[in-house]
Amino acid sequence: MGHIDLKGVTKRFGEAEVIPPLNLSIGKGEFVVFVGPSGCGKSTLLRLIAGLEDTSGGVIEIDGKDATDVPPAKRGLAMVFQSYALYPHMSVRKNIAFPLKMAGMKQAEIDQKVEGAAKVLNLASYLERKPGQLSGGQRQRVAIGRAIVRSPSAFLFDEPLSNLDAALRVNMRLEISELHQTLKTTMIYVTHDQVEAMTMADKIVVLQAGRIEQVGSPMELYKTPANVFVAGFIGSPKMNLIAGAEAAKHGAATIGIRPEHLRASATEGLWQGRVGVSEHLGSDTFLHVATDHGMLNIRAGGDVGFYHGDTVWLTPDAAHLHKFGSDGLAIR
Amino acid sequence: MARAISTRTKIAYTLAAWAVGLTIFFPVLWTVLTSFKTEASAVASPPEFMGADWTLQNYADVWARSDYARFFWNSVVISVGSALLGLAIAIPAAWAMAFAPGKRTKDLLMWMLSTKMMPAVGVLIPMYLLFQYIGLFDTRTGLILALMLMNLPIIVWMLYTYFKEIPGEILEAARMDGASLRNEIIYVLTPMAIPGIASTMLLNIILAWNEAFWTLTLTTIDAAPLSAFIASFSAPQGLFYAKLSAASTMAIAPILILGWFCQKQLVRGLTFGAVK
Repeated sequence: MGHIDLKGVTKRFGEAEVIPPLNLSIGKGEFVVFVGPSGCGKSTLLRLIAGLEDTSGGVIEIDGKDATDVPPAKRGLAMVFQSYALYPHMSVRKNIAFPLKMAGMKQAEIDQKVEGAAKVLNLASYLERKPGQLSGGQRQRVAIGRAIVRSPSAFLFDEPLSNLDAALRVNMRLEISELHQTLKTTMIYVTHDQVEAMTMADKIVVLQAGRIEQVGSPMELYKTPANVFVAGFIGSPKMNLIAGAEAAKHGAATIGIRPEHLRASATEGLWQGRVGVSEHLGSDTFLHVATDHGMLNIRAGGDVGFYHGDTVWLTPDAAHLHKFGSDGLAIR
Repeated sequence: MARAISTRTKIAYTLAAWAVGLTIFFPVLWTVLTSFKTEASAVASPPEFMGADWTLQNYADVWARSDYARFFWNSVVISVGSALLGLAIAIPAAWAMAFAPGKRTKDLLMWMLSTKMMPAVGVLIPMYLLFQYIGLFDTRTGLILALMLMNLPIIVWMLYTYFKEIPGEILEAARMDGASLRNEIIYVLTPMAIPGIASTMLLNIILAWNEAFWTLTLTTIDAAPLSAFIASFSAPQGLFYAKLSAASTMAIAPILILGWFCQKQLVRGLTFGAVK
C-alpha cells in the first residue's frame, strides 16, 4: 500500500497553467520531499494528490487504482497542514479520534488507538486539553497523531514545520524521520527548506514553475545536479556559479563549484579576492570573498585565520567542478 | 502606538454617547411612563411628569380585555421558528458562498441583499392572495415562512461573514479525516461558528418579534402575534394612549429582557471580524 503515480497531471487556475503535464512515480514506503521556491507549485501538487484541488488533466493513481475523481475523504491519505488545522473546539483526544469516528469505528477501539498514538507522540498527559492550551510543537504532534491513527496508505505533509522556532524544527524533523522508520508508510513532504529536504528525504523532487527540474536521492542531487537551478537550490551555503570567460575556459556557459570545494590560501591560487565577511561557526568558517567573478562563498575549516579585508587566493577542486551549457543543463 | 486621550475629550465623548443613547431610548421611556398614567394624565398638555396620576390600572385593563398569553405564544413560535428555519437554510448556503465560491457569488450576495431594498408593500397584494390561495393566511406556519424569507438575506450575510473568518484548512483537514460534507458542517463548522450563529439567531428573533407589516396583514386572530396585540388597542375605540402604551410595554418587555441579557453576545456578534 502507498504507491502513488501521477500521469500527465496538469492544473490550471483560469488561464494560468500552474502545473504543466507532469509525471511522477512515488514508491511504497518512500519518503519523498517536494522542494522548490515559493510559488513553484509544490503545495498545489500535494493538494492535487490529496484531492483538495481538482486536476485539469491527467490521472492520479493510488495503489494502482484511478483516484483522480475520488473525494479526499475516500483516498485513504492523511494530511498534516502548515497551520496544524486542529479542531479548536475539541480536546486533543477528540481531535485524534475524529478520523476514527468518521470511519464509524467502535468507541472502545477508538480509545485504544488514541491512547496508543498519544503514547508514541508523548501526548498522553495532554489528552483532555484543547489545542489552544498547547505549544506549537505539541499542536504539531496532535496533527501528526490525527494522521497516524487511521493508518493511511500515505502521509502528506504541507510545510509542517514552518510555524515552529528553529530549535523545535530540528527536533520535529528528527521525530518525523523516526516516525517514517517506524511506520514505513509512504510520506510526501512539501517544504521550501532545502535542509529539510536533504536531511529527511529518500527522494527529492525539485520543482520550479510547476515543472520537475530533477528527481533523485539527496546525494545524487547534491553531487550531480541536472541543471543550474538545482545546482543553486540544493546545498547550503549555495554553490558558487560563475559565467563568462572563466566558464568558457572549461567549455561551458556556467561553471559551479561548491563552497567546500574551494581551497583558500594566503599566498597562492587561481583567483584572487578580498574577504568581505567571515563567519566563524567553530566547526566551520564561511568566507564571503569578493573576486573578479563575483562574490564567492567558501567553507573552510574552523580555525582558518582569514578576516575582513584580508587578501585571499582561491583554487577550485577540478574534480568537483560542475559544468552547465547555455541551456542551463549539466554537461556530463 | 495608542494615542493618549485627554480626560476632557473622554468626558465629551461620554456625554455625546449618553445623548445619542437617551435620544434613541426616549420613545421607549415615554411609552413605559405613559403606561403608568391615567388616560387623562396621558394626554395632558404640557406633558405631566411629577404631578401625573400614577396607576397600574392600564395593565389590569389590557390583561382583562385580551388574551395576552396567546399573542405572546404566537410571537415566540413565529420569531423563534423563523429564525431556526432561516438558519437551517442559511448555514449550507453561507457554507457554499464562503468555502466554495463561484464566479458570481458576490453578485448573488448583492442580489440577495437588494431584495431587502424593495418596499414590502410592493408585493403585498400577491403575497396576500398567495397566502389566501394556499391556505397559509392567518397561520403561524405562513408567518414563519414569510418572516424567514424576509430575514434570510440578513442571516446569510451574517453567517457568510462569520464563516469567512474560519480557516479553510480546518475544513480541509476534516475532509482529509474522512468527514462527509454533512459531517464537516455538523461536527466542525457549526461548533466553531457557534458564537456567530447564536448572535445571528438572536438578531433575527428580535427582527421577527418586532416585525409589524406582514404580521398585521397576514393574520387576523389565530396566528396574530404581539404586534397585532398592540394594534388592537389603537383602532376600534379611538386612541387610548395609556392603554396602548401598556400594551406596547407588555409586547416589547420580553424581547427587551432577552436583548438585555444577551447584549454581550449581540455586540460581539455584530462586530465579529471587525477587529482581529
